Amino acid sequence: MSSSAIIINALALLLLIIALFKDRSRAWKALRMAGRSFLRILPTILLVVVLMGLIVGLITPDKLAQWLGGKSGVTGVLITAMAGAVLHIPSLVAFPMAGSLLRSGASVTIIATFVATLTMIGMVTFPIEAKELGKRFALLRNGISFIFALALGVLMGVIL
Amino acid sequence: MSVQSKNPWKEWLVLIILLIITALVAILFPAHQSSILKESWSLGKEMLMILPAVLILMGLFSVWISRDMVVRHLGQTSGIRGVALALLFGATPTGPLYVAFPIAAALRHKGARLSNIVIFLTAWACIKLPQEMVELNFLGARFMITRLILTSTFAILTGLIIEKILDRQNIAPENRKGDD
Repeated sequence: MSSSAIIINALALLLLIIALFKDRSRAWKALRMAGRSFLRILPTILLVVVLMGLIVGLITPDKLAQWLGGKSGVTGVLITAMAGAVLHIPSLVAFPMAGSLLRSGASVTIIATFVATLTMIGMVTFPIEAKELGKRFALLRNGISFIFALALGVLMGVIL
Repeated sequence: MSVQSKNPWKEWLVLIILLIITALVAILFPAHQSSILKESWSLGKEMLMILPAVLILMGLFSVWISRDMVVRHLGQTSGIRGVALALLFGATPTGPLYVAFPIAAALRHKGARLSNIVIFLTAWACIKLPQEMVELNFLGARFMITRLILTSTFAILTGLIIEKILDRQNIAPENRKGDD
């Protein structure tokens, strides 16, 4: 088990014990929620596990670097940004995916841009945002976020 | 967390199709069999070691930090404290982004600063604390911390820009109809 995995499990256990002492019924409610979320996300987890095995196992690192690495250039970053804006992948499974791709040759800029647009911009949720907060607000927030996501990707690539 | 209406069977079906494709690929390219298996196995093992803990953290956060609490505290706090609270309250309760929109709308009616509402939404979207744990595990501390700092900065900038643009236009009567 990696050190971060130990920290996360220890933290969850500690908070769970505190919660059980503070308010048993609310702690159980939280646990039931966690169980339900696990069942709901399980097919997605399995999907990502099989898909990443297929991608990483089949595509050689230099091919992957060509498509998702420094060589893909501005077009690569823009396509990734668009993909992240359109797709609707929970970040719980998006981070493991991103980690696999990063280890097998994708560039930091591409991965950071993808994570940024994936989380900040929601094409799927846009109608709800427009309804609750106004169309102008939703357009502005998603538009500005898109520009900042690109900036974030480039900056991350420069820094890391 | 609200339950998505989509049919869970669809995901299982996609999984089965993907498994069939993988099996075909493994038969057609026997040289790749071991690397496909190795990647799937290590990724699956790693995910199963941390996701249950992360889901428990998410459950605890969403039970203890209620929507009312967020609206109550963020509705009246301003200044640096307001910005910090917006980041914190965005990063702690859990659930998909569409759960945050009604909360943001409630905040607006309570008179919260527009910039803080945007900061809250951006933090909700991309710096959830339990998810940060997943990021730490799979992308490393340097990646996580750098992204956290940049995202927080951009969240504040986005908030200020939107506030500047919308507050100036808010006097226009045609804008009112979008508010309800």
